Amino acid sequence: MKLRNTLLAALGLAFAATAAHADIKVGVVLSATGPAASLGIPEKNTIGLLPTTIGGEKVSYIVLDDASDTTTAVKNARKLTVEDGVDVIIGSTTSPASLAMVDVAAETKTPMISMAASARIVAPMDDKKRWVFKTPQNDQQMASAIIGHMSANNVRKVSFIGFANAYGEGWYEQFKKLAEAKGIEVAASERFNPADTSVTGQALKLMSVKPDAVFIAGSGTPAALPQKTLRERGYKGPIYQTHGVANNDFLRICGKDCEGTLLPVGPVQMARSLPDSHPVKASALAYVEKYEAANGAGSVSSFGAYAWDAGVLLEAAVPAALKVAKPGSAEFRAALRDALEGVKEVAGATGIYSMSAEDHLGLDDRSRVMIEIRNGTWSLLK
Amino acid sequence: MDMAIALILSQDGITNGAIYALLALALVLVFAVTRVIFIQQGEFVAYGALTLAMMQSGVLPATVWLLVAMGALVTVLDGGLALKAGQGRRAAGVAGWNLGYPLALAAVVGGLAVDALPLALQVLLTLAIVVPMGPMMYRLMYQPIASAPVLVLLIVSVALHIAMVGLGLLFFGAEGQRTPAFSEFSLELGPLMVSAQTLWVVAVSVLLIVALYQFFGRTLYGKALRATAINRVGAQLMGISPTLAGKLTFFLAAFIGALSGVLIAPITTIYYDTGFLIGLKGFVAAIIGGLASYPLAAAGALAVGLLEAFASFWASAYKEVIVFTLIIPVLLWRSLTSHHVEEEE
Repeated sequence: MKLRNTLLAALGLAFAATAAHADIKVGVVLSATGPAASLGIPEKNTIGLLPTTIGGEKVSYIVLDDASDTTTAVKNARKLTVEDGVDVIIGSTTSPASLAMVDVAAETKTPMISMAASARIVAPMDDKKRWVFKTPQNDQQMASAIIGHMSANNVRKVSFIGFANAYGEGWYEQFKKLAEAKGIEVAASERFNPADTSVTGQALKLMSVKPDAVFIAGSGTPAALPQKTLRERGYKGPIYQTHGVANNDFLRICGKDCEGTLLPVGPVQMARSLPDSHPVKASALAYVEKYEAANGAGSVSSFGAYAWDAGVLLEAAVPAALKVAKPGSAEFRAALRDALEGVKEVAGATGIYSMSAEDHLGLDDRSRVMIEIRNGTWSLLK
Repeated sequence: MDMAIALILSQDGITNGAIYALLALALVLVFAVTRVIFIQQGEFVAYGALTLAMMQSGVLPATVWLLVAMGALVTVLDGGLALKAGQGRRAAGVAGWNLGYPLALAAVVGGLAVDALPLALQVLLTLAIVVPMGPMMYRLMYQPIASAPVLVLLIVSVALHIAMVGLGLLFFGAEGQRTPAFSEFSLELGPLMVSAQTLWVVAVSVLLIVALYQFFGRTLYGKALRATAINRVGAQLMGISPTLAGKLTFFLAAFIGALSGVLIAPITTIYYDTGFLIGLKGFVAAIIGGLASYPLAAAGALAVGLLEAFASFWASAYKEVIVFTLIIPVLLWRSLTSHHVEEEE
């Protein structure tokens, strides 16, 4: 049905090509199916809530699914830029797909706003990446929150277990660097696969070094397995997780074994419990209320907020670009890129964005809070 | 590493190995009788586990509708053939089994408050839903091309595997499920903490292996399957229907798959695509048995389980690499020790 509407819209656009001025066309690539679907679906739901007019111009969205596949993501990006001639691309959901799409964005000189976490999407800055922006926090911002909490609670020795993929490796690098700077020893480092059915071996290894705390770097419900195994094997110490587990499915799978788990999250997750003085509260709450009105109470997750913030950035940047050129032209795309780079103190649901030529993320420590799982739900740590 | 850790790892390896053993046996069985490499074995594991999980959360499992759809197709095909041959009673029988049964099952599962039923009944209903998909799948996908080369059959299996994973995502969603344990009881043996579920897994696996052994050794149908496995044409000349043999084999394979799923669902989180990796490990074990020997496949499964457990302790980042690399020396050894037989066209 969606596809048919998109096709009809595309057909309509083709026939309306003679109209006086073109709409702003936003191409969206996301993972609505495949392994990253639990991230891509809230993003897709959010696209429907993004503004339909910015600066007096109509905005149309063309959404394509990449099935969590890098090749398809690139193919979609190419189709959007070459065939549909979009003014900006939002996407994709996963880091590998976003990294691969950087080339298409640079080649066609189309600004791109990624919804994936890896810092490498926008750093180190080079000629290609100057076209690319992203909305989710870097692992580094999240890792520094965890390390901060650890050193405040006298954790001297940590066991690390992470996914045996880019997610786990990325976290390990960030975490180890920051931990050692604070004098925290990473005594054991293990890996597991998201599809593993048992992590007993790794859990025993983690416990054998007698750590003060265990840090699990996994995302979604698979990250529950090491935690359940550790508790089964009698580990009583604190367990830290990443923001990758901050959805309600994780609570459902992990149950009572996850009581007391500590993790950093984006403010959107805790929008309602944030103190009124928090700079992100108002903008985060605005998104939460809009999303839940459309999709039901308690349905919001931080992943959808990344798509929302892409819309927030566009809303902030498009008016400036419209002063320079009309949508649908190379000049407009270049102006939009410059305007995105010039965004200052824009409040999204994830944090406050202040971009610069070197920093195409623009988030700071206001983009995360530490929380604890208490009585089967998330609660803010003071 | 001390004794305690070695014991715990062995226990873990044996539990996983028992499941791999069941899957390896099913793979060997299906290949021997029908020459199909049964890649979808793992999907039956996931379907079994997730259908049970859906029942427990009080949702009507969507797999019921898949069964109804498959049954309707079989009815159209087989019923049509029977009617054309003027066998009205046979057509009615076909419709009864392939359409009546799934619809009745859907009515029962939809009408009862399934989440309030005792676990044993839920497991039975799960098996009643998932297992008949095996023979229906054989009827729809493999029977028309039963004499095709192994490669064609393999390609069909790959296609079905991909289709089943896709349907799994549609039916069960992207998130994983866990079901409650059969019982909370657990046993402490020194450093070992043996949960009831582990005992269930091992006991059911052993029981099933013994039952299969008896079935093949003592019953007429079992002997018919063995005969088909040894010589398809010869068996057919002796009046053994290859269609029946195929359906029966797929029934057994689907049963083993779904039961494995139900057994491991309380131990680990099952996703719509978890089955593939479990099935692949069963496949490694089946390869160790040369896709022909049941005892070797079972031993191979145990070896895979133990290797996996110890590898996850020593070198967790390379666990899968270690497990799947096992297949290379095994293939080398097999190709050196056995004569290569060209497949007859």
